[in-house]
Amino acid sequence: MRKFGFTAGLVASVALMSATASAQSVKVGVMLTLSGPAAVLGQHARDGFNLGIKHLGGKLGGLNADVVIVDDELKPDVGVQKVQALLERDKVDVIVGVIFSNVMMAISKPVFDAQIPIISPNAGPSPLAGKGCSPWFFSTAWQNDQNHEAMGKAAQDAGYKKVVLIAPNYQAGKDAMAGFKRQYKGEVVDEIFNQVNQLDFSAELARIASLKPEAVFAFEPGGMGVNLVKQYSQAGLAGKIPFLSAFTVDETTLPATQDAGVGLMSGAQWAPNLDNAVNKKFVADYEKQYGHVPALYAAQGYDAALLLDAAIKAAGGKVSDKTALRDALKKTTFTSTTGKAFKLNNNGFPIQDVYSVKAVKRADGKYATEIVAKVLTDYKDAYAADCPLK
Amino acid sequence: MSTTLFVVQLLNGLQLGVLLFLIAAGLTLVFGVMDFINLGHGVQYMLGAYLAVTFYALTGNFAYTLLLALPSALALGLLVEVLIFRHLYDRDHLDQVLATFGIILFVNEGVKIVWGAAPLNVPIPALFSGSIEIMPGLLYPVWRLAIIGSGLAVAVLLWAIVSHTRIGMRIRAGAVNAPMVGALGVDVKTLFTCVFGFGAMLAGFAGIMVAPILSVEPGMGDSVLILAFVVIVIGGIGSIRGAFVGALIVGLVDTLGRSFATDIFRLFLTASAARQVGPAFASMLIYLLMAVILFVRPAGLFPAKGR
Repeated sequence: MRKFGFTAGLVASVALMSATASAQSVKVGVMLTLSGPAAVLGQHARDGFNLGIKHLGGKLGGLNADVVIVDDELKPDVGVQKVQALLERDKVDVIVGVIFSNVMMAISKPVFDAQIPIISPNAGPSPLAGKGCSPWFFSTAWQNDQNHEAMGKAAQDAGYKKVVLIAPNYQAGKDAMAGFKRQYKGEVVDEIFNQVNQLDFSAELARIASLKPEAVFAFEPGGMGVNLVKQYSQAGLAGKIPFLSAFTVDETTLPATQDAGVGLMSGAQWAPNLDNAVNKKFVADYEKQYGHVPALYAAQGYDAALLLDAAIKAAGGKVSDKTALRDALKKTTFTSTTGKAFKLNNNGFPIQDVYSVKAVKRADGKYATEIVAKVLTDYKDAYAADCPLK
Repeated sequence: MSTTLFVVQLLNGLQLGVLLFLIAAGLTLVFGVMDFINLGHGVQYMLGAYLAVTFYALTGNFAYTLLLALPSALALGLLVEVLIFRHLYDRDHLDQVLATFGIILFVNEGVKIVWGAAPLNVPIPALFSGSIEIMPGLLYPVWRLAIIGSGLAVAVLLWAIVSHTRIGMRIRAGAVNAPMVGALGVDVKTLFTCVFGFGAMLAGFAGIMVAPILSVEPGMGDSVLILAFVVIVIGGIGSIRGAFVGALIVGLVDTLGRSFATDIFRLFLTASAARQVGPAFASMLIYLLMAVILFVRPAGLFPAKGR
């Protein structure tokens, strides 16, 4: 009898504890690419997100943040498996992910069907911005074409008459060239497609030199970018032909390219030297905690934490009502690392300024990107008109 | 398209060929002499590059880096051989593929744990940091000429060892009929270990030489490994001469294909169609070449006899 009473009491107290605990916490499933050659992007996003939660005192919107981090390994099938585990086994309230668009396209259906909000700290494929848009999708980054369009506009504004484009031969590479050409009205002398994971660009660089363009636009993510930038400098082209790029020259590749990357231009919605209070605090604490300069992926992860915090506060802490949370995510605003009030378009993508940035060597010897000029103001992506949402 | 551009692309193709030879030479020796498919050869190349990064950070001098990294690459290769490969020589090729593929996964992750996931850098040594202007507006780094030179030197060295020394004779015999060589009283086990260690060192040397011009990152050996296999299949397994000729052919065909395929297609297609087809065709070209060569000469161009 005593044993029964004791056991019953134990069970009741545990039940009470977990009931109160779940009422006071929000479960976030974070899915990023944390292995393979592209892991550094996922690591920046994860570290930025964790720093955001730390700055918010371990709470999101006043609730305890219960974060589960999983690795999609840059494989769409692994991503689908793991997101289903997050949805069904871990019963997360919201998902933050992913880095790569192919994984995003694969997991979008299970997540939208489960009616759980997903905040993308990076991937912004055009189908999800246009006809395939969903009220459950939110981005603290950009639509994939935006940074390419910014470089196209920068090339147009700078008056370059002849440009050569170079990108890897896969969908993202073709989208990059299409985005650039949407804003650039001059002559594209050649479009060079290199192989994915190509190591040696000497043949492509010889071709570029022979065509004598006024500028080069490159989209070469990851190791391809490091190789191209190093070899571009070694071939003596860095000082002669202006180098415009997107996702090629940033704080994840600058530690490897070092001086070869200095002076090269990029399109981005953020740079570490953006002068506002939120960003200054973010960059200073990030460098202190992690020892390297944050890239835009880290800022996007940080903003995802800030967005969740603001939305949960606006929804009154009731994360079990997913529709209320979703509406709060859409309408709420906060001051992001860009220094401006965060605003989403009808398709869940941000309306923001895009800048041209330049890689520099800082006084402390580290390499970073710095703002040069604003190229696109309060820019809405090109696919939003196709999205039926209001 | 001008003659100058064509000559420049020939030079680029030659350099890629020499680099592939450095990697394929070790691979063909191991496959030919020991009948052992070593998919882990690509990670040995990657480890050479990472060792170069570490030793350069320690010493700041490329010559010391080379002197320290080469024996380290050799030591790591021998370690893997003693721990794992030695037990696989008698096994089926499929078992060897599985085991060495596991090594690729293991080392790629291990490298990420030790050195981090971000790409790393080794600067070009000061002595070779100049460039020559081979085309108006295009500089060719002297270091790439150094790579070509070192590749040719290694080719000559290997030819000298294989044709004019006792151990070379035993290696050639082992490539033809290893059990017979063992029956004739040669210590086949030590021979195998020597060959494997030397092959690992060659791969590591290739990694050290390319570290200044390429990105040092996890997985950098994987794409190179596939090209190396194409080279040894075209050249003939077990033959150094085959590896050399095969590497030059693959390097030239791949580079010239990438450079001029789109232009050639533009002669009879519209510009936008040519831009779609050209790069896709160029990436298939070496595999088409391999298929054609295998159709005509199933054992490769210079097979070790008796296979």
